[in-house]
Amino acid sequence: MDARKVEEFVWKTLAAAAAFALFLSLFLIMATILAKGLPSLNMAMLTQTPRGGYYLGKEGGILNAIVGSLYLAGGATALALFLSVPIVLYLNVYAKKRSRFVLFTRFSLDVLWGVPSIVYGAFGFTIMLLFGLKASLLGGIIAVALLILPIMSRAMDEVVRTVPHELFEASYALGATRLETALKVVARQAVPGIVTATLIAFGRGIGDAASVMFTAGFTDAVPSSLLRPAATLPLAIFYQLGTPFPEVQNRAYASALILTLIVLAISLVSRVLARNLTKHIVK
Amino acid sequence: MRGAMDHDPPIRVKNLNIYYGREHALKNISVDIPGRTITAIIGPSGCGKTTLLKSFNRLVDLADGVAVSGEVLVDGENIYAPGVDVTRVRKKMGLLSQKPYPLPMSIYNNVAYGPRIHGTKKRGELDRIVERRLRESGLWDEVRDRLHAPASKLSLGQQQRLCLARGLAVEPEIILCDEPTSALDPVSSRRIEERFRELKSSYTIVVVTHILRQAKRLADYVIFLYLGELVEHGPAGKIFEEPEQAMTREYVKGSIS
Repeated sequence: MDARKVEEFVWKTLAAAAAFALFLSLFLIMATILAKGLPSLNMAMLTQTPRGGYYLGKEGGILNAIVGSLYLAGGATALALFLSVPIVLYLNVYAKKRSRFVLFTRFSLDVLWGVPSIVYGAFGFTIMLLFGLKASLLGGIIAVALLILPIMSRAMDEVVRTVPHELFEASYALGATRLETALKVVARQAVPGIVTATLIAFGRGIGDAASVMFTAGFTDAVPSSLLRPAATLPLAIFYQLGTPFPEVQNRAYASALILTLIVLAISLVSRVLARNLTKHIVK
Repeated sequence: MRGAMDHDPPIRVKNLNIYYGREHALKNISVDIPGRTITAIIGPSGCGKTTLLKSFNRLVDLADGVAVSGEVLVDGENIYAPGVDVTRVRKKMGLLSQKPYPLPMSIYNNVAYGPRIHGTKKRGELDRIVERRLRESGLWDEVRDRLHAPASKLSLGQQQRLCLARGLAVEPEIILCDEPTSALDPVSSRRIEERFRELKSSYTIVVVTHILRQAKRLADYVIFLYLGELVEHGPAGKIFEEPEQAMTREYVKGSIS
């Protein structure tokens, strides 16, 4: 074999190995969660809140955390979406493309993306103290929305940037305003990307423990008000893993399984949704 | 024939200068575009043909760092005057770009898009507009039974005719075309050219083209640009047969490109 063929073979093998390592790590995580969590998973975990002594291995479930996490991540995603869409429209439709403000906004979002979630938690907590707010669902929603806002807006931004300039022109040439062009043409063209960005942000939001620890608090009750504390799955996992009892620790793995399944289900649903919305996309 | 000569020209360009940053893209252009005829803007790549075309409906505004001086009068109104409603100016003109870009929606909605944003909401009225404009652009018979299929599924040639129908649907007076057949096969190109010949009795058509033979086939009036300057303009016969400028002679002979 000549040198170029060897080179080609070596690179191909390395690339395939890297792809396989990714697959393997996903497989190992899923295998661990399933092996340790599945035996502890039962209807009671899904339908009941913790009873007295749940964390000592007695009866109950984590309904409080499941509902809390869905409320919290759902609320935060909605709030972040509410802020992201105008940001992305401003950057791509209204602002001059190379203006300093645009460059600075993108740079800020990139920096915010890298800020650790505990910092958002601490920041959110400080703000809440300032307003006299206690640890609550609302506080958690705001902190998580801040955490996922840069992720969501930059992911959307990258998609909207790929919309061909000519498509904007086609719409403007018909006498459309910028807003009409943005909502009726650009948003449609970018729908799959917007759905994906929202999904990534939701997944990041529902899985984060550090940002909600101080802001949302924790409770054994299903949240009944925005101003009451809310339990979350990541913290439920954390507290259960922290007990010295193996059966409670296994319930932590069952909780992780539930969390993973929620993310998986939402991922699948959005993919189907996005596929139905892509038929009009112009290539 | 209602020609250019018996009416005020629909587009008058006066001392137009356009800069992209430091680049002087159009240098002091003054020219009248005659009405209800086909005007071809010819010249080598990068000579400012597209910039001139896009200055007519202020699409040049979209470029970063663009600066415009001089006037473009559309129906006697300077469209670069302060306070001009750009959407109203653009509504007067249809645009065909180099590659067809249907909007990401159905065939029907592509044509209905313009009328809808300008206030036509009634279904029956939209139905009539869609059929009429698709017939005008020669696409109706090919799409009548799949009006609600995605426009992106049409062939490139059909897409370009759809873009024409879409532009006609806002009832423009002028149709601007930027090398409208450059992405199309010869058969589709011919169909577009046939449309232009038919439409020129009701519309003023301006075509940017780098294909000399196309300009000869189509144009009644020709504008020749070279490196941002207007070298010569006049009736097609004169420009192609007995141009005044040596540069034009070279270009139409094919010696420079």
